[in-house]
Amino acid sequence: MSSIVEAPRSRAGQIESREMQPESREIYVQAYRCMLLARVLEDKIASSYRGGKITGGVFLSRGQEALSVAVGTFLQEGDIFAPLIRDQAGRLAFGESILECTRTYMGSRLGPMRGRDGNVHRGRPRAGILPMISHLGAMISVVNGMLIARRFKGVEGTIGATCMGDGATSTGSFHEAMNQAAVEHLPLLVIVANNQYAYSTPNSRQFACHDLVEKAAGYGVHGETVDGTDLAACLHTIGAAAQRARRGEGPQMIVASLLRLTGHGEHDDAHYVDPDLRVSPVGRDCLSVAEAHLLAKGWASHDEPKKWQEQALQQVDEAIATTLREPAPDPGAEDWCAISSRHLAEGAHP
Amino acid sequence: MITYLEAIREAQAQALSTDPRVYIYGQDVGEFGGAFKATKNLAQEFPGRVIDAPISEDAIIGSAVGAAIEGMRPIVEMQFADFSTVGFNQIVNQAATLYWRTEVPCPIVVRLPSGGTAGSGPFHSQSMETLYAHYPGLVVMTPATVEDAYSMLLEAVAIDDPVIFCEHKYLYYHLKAEALPSEALPTGKARIARTGRDATIVTYSAMVHESLACAAELKSEGWEIEVIDLRSIKPLDTDTVLASVARTGRLLAVGESWPWGGVTAEVVARVASEGFDLLDAPPMRLNAKDTPVPFHPNLWGTHRPTARTISAAMRNLLRL
Repeated sequence: MSSIVEAPRSRAGQIESREMQPESREIYVQAYRCMLLARVLEDKIASSYRGGKITGGVFLSRGQEALSVAVGTFLQEGDIFAPLIRDQAGRLAFGESILECTRTYMGSRLGPMRGRDGNVHRGRPRAGILPMISHLGAMISVVNGMLIARRFKGVEGTIGATCMGDGATSTGSFHEAMNQAAVEHLPLLVIVANNQYAYSTPNSRQFACHDLVEKAAGYGVHGETVDGTDLAACLHTIGAAAQRARRGEGPQMIVASLLRLTGHGEHDDAHYVDPDLRVSPVGRDCLSVAEAHLLAKGWASHDEPKKWQEQALQQVDEAIATTLREPAPDPGAEDWCAISSRHLAEGAHP
Repeated sequence: MITYLEAIREAQAQALSTDPRVYIYGQDVGEFGGAFKATKNLAQEFPGRVIDAPISEDAIIGSAVGAAIEGMRPIVEMQFADFSTVGFNQIVNQAATLYWRTEVPCPIVVRLPSGGTAGSGPFHSQSMETLYAHYPGLVVMTPATVEDAYSMLLEAVAIDDPVIFCEHKYLYYHLKAEALPSEALPTGKARIARTGRDATIVTYSAMVHESLACAAELKSEGWEIEVIDLRSIKPLDTDTVLASVARTGRLLAVGESWPWGGVTAEVVARVASEGFDLLDAPPMRLNAKDTPVPFHPNLWGTHRPTARTISAAMRNLLRL
């Protein structure tokens, strides 16, 4: 897959051979621009939803872009990525095109899901990006299986990553798959965005351990925490975890603290979020934090972020305009067959 | 002589030896050879390809889906069909939707040691085929013979879609054949297990043998009962069923699973809606009782249909 953001083009993973430096300007700017593009894209998706141009739910990543982009940044061509609902930035960094997003949200027949699934439920398994099902924790073991298959096939050096929120860590699927990954010593990154709420349920009703990272030790998995509002910290921590996984050090769990700066979906006004959290360190907007860091480091001139934002807007507008001209799925042309062995479909006459 | 269980073991050995994409994953399937010995010696014969799993049915199925995406052909064993409920989500929502959502096929085989045996009780006796057949995206096989246990399992591995392979535990040791088959009916075709002219029993799995015993018993009373072995319940070979009912005019559908809905209800519904004019009497069905499967042999033997209760139902049908 090709990079979405224009030069500098190389993804962090691809320049690893010359000793990756997560804090380098090149990687930071690339990641920041993916975050910015994700924010601009999702703002447009949200306004399209409010304008009645999108059927179904809209789920935004606002506040989680720094964490997500760090995951996509350190995945290479050939790696596996199972994003969840707030991973627009990570998807872009991994190389998913803007059109994949707009086509799936807006129901274009030319999108990867062809109208059969929508919004964040998109992916291309053969290209290493998995389309999530809604059942939380369920994608982890699928990534495990892909990694097990690669071991069978003698494919070396690739890793898998999957993202989820705090709520997913309460599921049986999470527990089974974490244990499985540890038993099989798989090169897996498990990224947990502790965004303080699972839909409306606060952490206090979700888990009773001091920090979710404590769960990692129980599985025999290496665990780290990171400030999810700080792009530099996310790049550093996830970059190092990806390196450990790639070196064969087994599964890595990263728990990031941050705040979901939006509702669960656009239908949700998030009135239940504690106002104190919004003004606490976890409530910082990672995009503003990243921009301030860029300027402070002298990695961007004062007007560059604005210029990049305009470029992002143009890219997004083009993708939406293209998508709006595309055909919707046609129920008459749909084959309504759920299996690939057509001779075994119900009603087929062998 | 080869048993139904040995046929399942032999089919897996054959699949492992001819297809490098095949591996086996499940609880105790490795060195130990499986709770029923369906993978006996396979770990030794195929090093690294018969792998013990933690007690994690959800992750077992989920990982099989992932491996299938990468081009492997996993065979997973649920130690008992009953435990597949823990992996139910991954079967019906992950495996069964993958092809339809993404155009990437999901060639996994989920082996379910199914059905009742005396003393097994509520959690080691269940017949799950109805649940899986209900979901789009799955093929559901229910072999009743040693030959089908072998050939259908090999076909299950070759099929590009998820296959739920319901192998009956009661048949594991009870059923024997002279040799493994060299040819087989394709999946999707039912088999006429016994020909007759007076009534048709449509059934599958272990109930085929109870139904054949019923037919033999009624033969002594002058009745010729046709017995159809569905072999796979999804797809369900409606054509063979309708053709049989056209000859006999009477239908009794028999299943070991519970009475609400299910395979027997589906068969009756299809015959009633597509072949109503073929029927000389109301279509009937016989299933297990609507309770959990009991432990004690006396209760278990009454809970499920047997040759005796099938014969009683058939006599009623023949009087109508």
